[in-house]
Amino acid sequence: MGVALALVDLYKSFALTQIIRGVSLEIAAGERHAIIGPNGAGKSTLFHLISGCLAPTSGEVRLNCERIDGLPPYEIYRRGLSRSFQITNIFPRMSVYENLRCATLWSLGHKYAFWTPLDRLRDVRERTDWLMERIGLTARRDVQAAVLTYAEQRALEIGVTIGGGASVVMLDEPTAGMNAGESQQAVALIRQVTEGKTLVIVEHDMDVVFNLADRISVLVYGRIIATDTPARIRENDEVREAYLGQASGA
Amino acid sequence: MLQIVVFSTLNGVLYGMLLFMLASGLTLVFSMMGVLNFAHASFYMLGAYLGFEISRHLGFWSGFIIAPLCVGGIGALVERFGLRQLHRLGHVSELLFTFGLAFVIEEVVQMIWGKLPVDYNVPPSLDFVAFRLFDTTYPAYRMFMLLTAVTMFAVLLIVLTRTRIGLIIQAALTHPDMVAMLGHNVPRLFMVVFGAGSALAGLAGVIAGPALVTQPSMAALLGPILFVVIVVGGLGSLTGAFVASLIIGLVQTFAVALNISFSELFGPIAPPLFGDLWQVTIAQVAPVIPYLLLVTVLIFRPTGLIGKRET
Amino acid sequence: MTSSLRFLWPWLALAMLFAGAPQIYTSGSALTMMSVMGEMIIFALSFNMLLGQTGLLSFGHAVYFGLGGFVAIHAMNAFIRAKVGVPVVVIPLVGGTAGLGFGFLFGLISTKRAGLVFSMISLGLGELVSSSSFILRSFFGGEEGITTNRTKLAPFFGHKFGSQIEVYYLVAVWCFFCIAAMYALTRTPFGRMCNAVRENGERVEYVGYSAQTIRFIAFSFSAFFAGIAGGLTAVNFEIMNAQQLGAQQSGVVLLMSYIGGIGYFAGPILGAIVITFLQITLSDVTNAWQLYFGLLFIGFVLFAPGGLAGWLMLHRDAALNRELWRLAPAYGMVAPALAASFAGAVMLIELAERQLALARSEGSAMRLFGFEVDAASMGPWLIGLVLFCCGVGLTWLIWPKVTGAWGVVNVRLRARSQAWASPSR
Repeated sequence: MGVALALVDLYKSFALTQIIRGVSLEIAAGERHAIIGPNGAGKSTLFHLISGCLAPTSGEVRLNCERIDGLPPYEIYRRGLSRSFQITNIFPRMSVYENLRCATLWSLGHKYAFWTPLDRLRDVRERTDWLMERIGLTARRDVQAAVLTYAEQRALEIGVTIGGGASVVMLDEPTAGMNAGESQQAVALIRQVTEGKTLVIVEHDMDVVFNLADRISVLVYGRIIATDTPARIRENDEVREAYLGQASGA
Repeated sequence: MLQIVVFSTLNGVLYGMLLFMLASGLTLVFSMMGVLNFAHASFYMLGAYLGFEISRHLGFWSGFIIAPLCVGGIGALVERFGLRQLHRLGHVSELLFTFGLAFVIEEVVQMIWGKLPVDYNVPPSLDFVAFRLFDTTYPAYRMFMLLTAVTMFAVLLIVLTRTRIGLIIQAALTHPDMVAMLGHNVPRLFMVVFGAGSALAGLAGVIAGPALVTQPSMAALLGPILFVVIVVGGLGSLTGAFVASLIIGLVQTFAVALNISFSELFGPIAPPLFGDLWQVTIAQVAPVIPYLLLVTVLIFRPTGLIGKRET
Repeated sequence: MTSSLRFLWPWLALAMLFAGAPQIYTSGSALTMMSVMGEMIIFALSFNMLLGQTGLLSFGHAVYFGLGGFVAIHAMNAFIRAKVGVPVVVIPLVGGTAGLGFGFLFGLISTKRAGLVFSMISLGLGELVSSSSFILRSFFGGEEGITTNRTKLAPFFGHKFGSQIEVYYLVAVWCFFCIAAMYALTRTPFGRMCNAVRENGERVEYVGYSAQTIRFIAFSFSAFFAGIAGGLTAVNFEIMNAQQLGAQQSGVVLLMSYIGGIGYFAGPILGAIVITFLQITLSDVTNAWQLYFGLLFIGFVLFAPGGLAGWLMLHRDAALNRELWRLAPAYGMVAPALAASFAGAVMLIELAERQLALARSEGSAMRLFGFEVDAASMGPWLIGLVLFCCGVGLTWLIWPKVTGAWGVVNVRLRARSQAWASPSR
């Protein structure tokens, strides 16, 4: 299996402040990779660098061996990488159905078509219905996104992210603000919808991370201090000191 | 030639100062409240008309003091009873409200004072010649205008940087929510700043009225140029507004002074197309120049000359 | 069969309305007004493609309307001079093409940004074109404008379009097709992504779309239809002048769309009809009609941001569930109070208009609501003031009844929808 996403010596500074200081990482296709780290480590910045929101100061980002650093977000999306947002970033006054439909249009090839009526496009309808089913919001089809419950909105956020069939899915704190039960449901959903895809996930909830991830990278002050399987990360002294607090007795 | 350059520079700087008097109030309000006040030029017009009316009964100097205060009061009322209700509906509603307000103010002014220009004159105490250069005189009133503008900036700078309220305003410019958390009455602060911005515009009107023509269309004539200044300078940047005001003030003044036609400039290389265009003088093109500048700047630097913020 | 009938009936009704209106309102001035309404409907709908659908507020939309009209009128004159057999019916398309061309050109600059910067660029471009009209005198005709004679063009199946009723039907047909075309656009992938850009321009980029490209295409279409409206105006009035592409005209189309309701497709249609009607009739009745428009606009921004269409649609669910009658008593009580406030305000404005603006030249006697009054005396002023203050006060006191009635209606509607959702309860 090849490398889906590669970060090569990535640096990012804002004026004089260096946020990302030389991050290199390779994520294999089909892998579920979690990025954890204390607040302010630069996890969101890393996501922004990969998804096209920011351009790196130096270094490369490669998607399936093709360089994507510096490209605008929509170009990166069209090459197969899609991301979700920590603060729910959907289309508030559109219904659940319409939100999901927007996410499917480009990948189904309709692009800027102003000559075909949407109602006639069966492929759009079918895919949107299928998406809605997968994230479990069929019962809330015509409800305005803004009035959904928080957990439903987060599910919709995931739905919009995977709607285009991207092969690399990046989720930014998908279970933020959820209670234990909701988190469990979210994890099951994430596991289901990212079957066969590459998943990169930023999370604070350790249960979610250890449950879901094949490998974990730990980001501290803009540098990755360890990349390994969950079991070994748990035992890594450096990680424990930097992230989990002072090295505990055991 | 030197005469034209000297006087155009003086006049250009004066015009630029006037623009900056208006642009600074607009930028402050925008930076703090996110509202671009379409009616800002209308407050300028109100200042001129109120100055005129008060000077008719109580003399120019009373008008000079009372009119800006009145306009500031009106501005505060507009914020309290109009804009404050619209904060929750978003910036588009606020912009549209000020757009409608500008329209209404123009109509009311027309109703009260008529459609023709009014006779707002330079007061006798300032109606003398300041100096004489190359056979042309320069009126003292213009020096007075320059003096007022510079004093106003100095006061603004001192208030913003050296007083407590100035500090709070500076903080609220970038972090209104945090300032609210710290216990300051931010809505009241908005009202004060909006009122102060309007009063500044009114002051500009009071002093500009006698020099320029006081007529109901003065807001509509100056308004778009004001927005060009703000956007070219970069939304939310006071320095940018300053630079842009001076540039536009100087360029327009020089353009009007240079009464050469394009055909005289380009002579034999002028193609036979666009017949009209070549007979046109630079002075006639002057009104268009700020907008050409706007389009050019936005093509190459979409955030304006010194801008950081967008919306 | 029934579903396509359900889809078709509003269009059939619209077509019948357009066809039948001149049979009801037969006078020449009514026909002219309806023709102007048709032109303004297209103009306002094109404006709302930007504002209501894509979230772009333009202060310079009249540029495309005006330039379309000017190109159309020059084309008409050129065709007449060259004796080319182009019938008048095609001229609006010339206007539209011109609009599209300028839309492309200016759109490249304008649509790089959204939000406030877009609005300011549109203002600047509008002023640029408007100011240029004084320089390019041969194209814009200076103060007199450019004139033409539509009857000199090649006849279309025998029609020379000399009479107003022929012009009305020309406008009506174009208007119908433009409404249909613009509506169809909203039901396409492109149309939906325009809405997405309006809702969340940032997220759009993360589902594969360039927000700038969407804005640019929307802008071009919008300019195209505005140009058609301009072409129809050129044909109708046989004159174009630089005012028609200026800031005032841009303000009017904004007013029309907003008051009609920018959140619904048919909102601007409603707004265009109402505002055109008011523009033409009010200016005969009072000098202060522009002030009324400004106050009307502010009133809507403050109290009815959804516009007329928004207000009507607010009652849709209640009407469908036959709960509307519950609102009647509260509405009935508040209506006279509102009417009193309006009457009082109108009185005060008219008195002020007479006393301040006209008294010196025409004296202070005037007709107000059919009564002869003297604007210089205290009486009418007091009555106006009392009416206004009482009206506003009463409205404020009675308003809780309205919100209360709505509360009852909403509770019942919610209960009904929950009953639908879980019938096994």
